[in-house]
Amino acid sequence: MPTDRELALKSLHYRRRLLQAIKHAGAGHTGGSLSCVDILNVLYNRILRISPATAADPGRDRYLQSKGHSVEALYTVLADRGFFPDAELDTLCRYRSRLVGHPTRHVPGIEQNTGALGHGLAVGVGLALAAQRDQADFRVFVLLGDGELAEGSNWEAAMAAAHYRLDHLTAIVDRNTLQITGRTRDVLDSEPLGAKFAAFGWAVREVDGHDLAALTAALSAPLAAGRPGAVLARTVKGRGVSFMEDNPRWHHAVPDDAEFARALQELDTAIAALEGTPP
Amino acid sequence: MSAPAPGMYSPAAAATAARLGLKLGRPNLEAFADALLALARADRKVFAVTSDSRGSGKLGPFGQALPAQIVEVGIAEQNLVGIAAGLAAAGKTVFAVSPACFLTARALEQIKNDVAYSDQPVVLVGISAGVSYGALGSTHHSLHDFAALRAIPNLAVLAPADNWETAAAVRAAATARRPMYLRFGKAPVYDLPAAAPFAIGPARLVRPGTDVAFLATGETVVPALLAAAELEARDGLQCRVLSFPTIKPLDTAAVTQAAQDCRAVITVEEHLVNGGLGEACAAVLAQAGLARRFRIVGLPDEETVTGSQADIFRHYGLTMEGLAQTARALLDRPAAGPP
Repeated sequence: MPTDRELALKSLHYRRRLLQAIKHAGAGHTGGSLSCVDILNVLYNRILRISPATAADPGRDRYLQSKGHSVEALYTVLADRGFFPDAELDTLCRYRSRLVGHPTRHVPGIEQNTGALGHGLAVGVGLALAAQRDQADFRVFVLLGDGELAEGSNWEAAMAAAHYRLDHLTAIVDRNTLQITGRTRDVLDSEPLGAKFAAFGWAVREVDGHDLAALTAALSAPLAAGRPGAVLARTVKGRGVSFMEDNPRWHHAVPDDAEFARALQELDTAIAALEGTPP
Repeated sequence: MSAPAPGMYSPAAAATAARLGLKLGRPNLEAFADALLALARADRKVFAVTSDSRGSGKLGPFGQALPAQIVEVGIAEQNLVGIAAGLAAAGKTVFAVSPACFLTARALEQIKNDVAYSDQPVVLVGISAGVSYGALGSTHHSLHDFAALRAIPNLAVLAPADNWETAAAVRAAATARRPMYLRFGKAPVYDLPAAAPFAIGPARLVRPGTDVAFLATGETVVPALLAAAELEARDGLQCRVLSFPTIKPLDTAAVTQAAQDCRAVITVEEHLVNGGLGEACAAVLAQAGLARRFRIVGLPDEETVTGSQADIFRHYGLTMEGLAQTARALLDRPAAGPP
């Protein structure tokens, strides 16, 4: 189990690596990958019982990335966890690469093809139902975007999860409050989100989605017996790069050379500070 | 034995069926439900998922016998397919059962992404397909499903003709471990004569002949067979009848062989004439360079006439009499007079 400091360093390195991959590909969903990468860091390094060696084990925990567009964060974390070589990240979106611009099962460690929004939670309900019927103890985690929650299919799945009392199912909302057009509250307001999930029969916890310790605490165990759990993670789109933060332009913008250099410099400064050596 | 659906077969068609020794079977829906229950009793991994469709899917006995193997999702077809994909991802053999009209339109994106693209081996079961719901109107008709699902990679499309093909298709689907769509109706159908064995893919020769080839699928195979018998009795024509329980992947060899052997080809389906079996066969023949007299019999691109399934079949010529008349016209023969 990595220490808090080791985990914080990983988050910075993940940000650096995913920006490199996006820059190399000339494509990617920069802002959303930066907003959810701390969540993925905690899941894959502290919570999920999965590894390349157990990737086909029926009892493994399952992670579904319903907000599939933030796949660069997922690929980066999976490469770090040894599911495929780090160098493959530089094939992102290339001709005949298995690293498509949204998740596919061609990539080791990925459970389901996603990318069209509003699909992951229902699949998670199916997996969790199978675990319940088999009396298996694996947990199922689904990462959703807050903009994504405008898709009505999420709420069909939310109803079913509560109806079947799937307490080993956890939905995590990367609540970065932005979507491609602008503020989620202006495009189609999803608030009060906690009250909505609670009204649908879910246990709800709100956390700082960049606080690794708080995320660990929220995700370590089901939130409540007999109810599915919704972890609403307050995040900042573009987190970690000052000029990308909280700006819808970075939904799927690719940094130019100067922006890229500046972003890496900021992250390297943060890495150096955390390592205790002056930049 | 069920009584014939009122008006599904004219007295002349029923007489032809009797002359052929055909017995009226049950609705394919019931053959499906029985086959699925037998499979599920033998294998705990077999699951049925329903969207308030337990009754219409004849799955009441399944639910009573095997409550741990049925999942009810309520009136929510998108959720039905997504949950089915998740169950399949956990190793279950999943049959997602819902009226074909809702399953294949409301949940089309889940079929495309969660099942076919993700390669989750769900069997999507479209019940009461085509115009089974008759006068309930076009909200309840599935005349688009072949076309929509043929355009999705990694999805087999099946439409069995009779009870035997339906049960065989259910068993084959359970072991195939691949994304699949299976559709059928709810009216009693005649049992076809014993023919070739069943497998996913091949067409089945129901009746030999070299004058006209009827290439039919689903519950329209029976009227095609009756038309072939009628054309032999009244016109002296030897008509080939092929059942295509699988529309995708299509048995292209059976299609080209029929065109090579026969003077005319007629396709028959309970589907719009756009994008179904007929256009699939037309594409095969055009690309093989086989020009034959050719007709696609299905429902035209218009608002469907109001009426029972039998009324609609009669209106659009999906009957023994209508298909025989189409064959005569295609061969420039005079219309038949009274027998």
